[in-house]
Amino acid sequence: MGVAVAYLLATKDFKGKELLDVLFTLPLVLPPTVTGYYLIILFGRNGFMGKLIYEWTGWSIMFTWYAATLASFVVALPLMIKTTRAAIESVDKNLINASYTLGHSEFETALRVTLPLAKMGILAGAVLSFARAMGEFGATLMIAGNIPGKTDTMPLSIYAHASSGDWSKANVMVIFFSLMSGLFLYIANRFTKRII
Amino acid sequence: MGLSVRLLKKVKGFVLDVEWEIEDELAILFGGSGSGKSMTLQLIAGLMEPEAGFIRSNGNVFFDKAAGINISPQERSLGYVFQDRILFPHMTVRGNIAYGLKNASRFEKEERVKKMIKLFHLQGLEEMSPSEISGGQKQRVALARALIGRPKALLLDEPFSALDNPLRLEMRRLLQEIRVEFQIPVILVTHDVFEAYTMGNQVIVYSDGKVVERGTPGEIFHLRAGLEIEKILAFSSSK
Repeated sequence: MGVAVAYLLATKDFKGKELLDVLFTLPLVLPPTVTGYYLIILFGRNGFMGKLIYEWTGWSIMFTWYAATLASFVVALPLMIKTTRAAIESVDKNLINASYTLGHSEFETALRVTLPLAKMGILAGAVLSFARAMGEFGATLMIAGNIPGKTDTMPLSIYAHASSGDWSKANVMVIFFSLMSGLFLYIANRFTKRII
Repeated sequence: MGLSVRLLKKVKGFVLDVEWEIEDELAILFGGSGSGKSMTLQLIAGLMEPEAGFIRSNGNVFFDKAAGINISPQERSLGYVFQDRILFPHMTVRGNIAYGLKNASRFEKEERVKKMIKLFHLQGLEEMSPSEISGGQKQRVALARALIGRPKALLLDEPFSALDNPLRLEMRRLLQEIRVEFQIPVILVTHDVFEAYTMGNQVIVYSDGKVVERGTPGEIFHLRAGLEIEKILAFSSSK
């Protein structure tokens, strides 16, 4: 989804483009609790989407691991879109035009020229957004809670252990998290440096 | 008639307003920087849309504002060689050439690619990436890629400007050779006097978005070299 939205924003001019960009980028600058609040309004049992889902299926996403995934997806998506859009915009327009004049459609050109040339930026975006998703805390707490064995993501567990004074477990998780985040950043930087 | 155009395009204060026609020959679009030569090629290729006019080639209408016809660049079947960044950097030499051929069986594709590799003297470079070959070789690959699909016309946007003199001479010779093989209109954009004088059957001189002179190289550069030509030549020699 991130690649599709980024491609649209990078290559098309249409009415409402900037608004769409702002909407998708908003979770990057909003406090995560505000993002979580919007997700409750949208997906809560009485929410705009949540009500429809509940009426159809008798099931609510709230306080399930799906909700934790949704929260992580929403806060990580802007990073994927921003990085991928920049990578797609950096592809030389002459190469894209060359593909068109050689008879290839826009879809073929995207698959065989644009996206392969933007590959490193897309991979960097994927790594960065995955790291951001793993570290998600506020929005997850709002819509998934912190139910042990069910929705307690690692950041939520660190908070719970620190709150209850279980520092040894918190320390292990913090060190693990720091190493993983450092590794992700290193990989993302490597990809970014290899962009032509 | 090889190619016939009438183009009107306004972009940020610049107005291109030209009309000319050529046979199946090599025509030179000659003029200083910013005179509208490259824009003309982009309009012919369908990468930009004229505000008025028409583009016709050997009975095919690519664009006609009055008739509401605007064929997409994909369907115009025109070979286009750009000035720089010309090859797909993630494909091999073979891959780049094969990319120019659509709707062909695997066997046919292989045969045609082999033929082009031979014609453009690229044997031994097939599996190399563009970063591993020289500037002249890159231009030969770009020409092979543009011509493998048997286009209706060939558009060359200062393809030799980044090459040093011996390579430019070699490329000019090659272009003359392939014109024998591909009997199609070729339009070469250049601001190089020597290129314009030695290569074209016809020279179309651009200045500030308009055609100011047309004729054979001899006519343009000897018999009736007007003020515009003098200005372009003076500018070229001062660079």
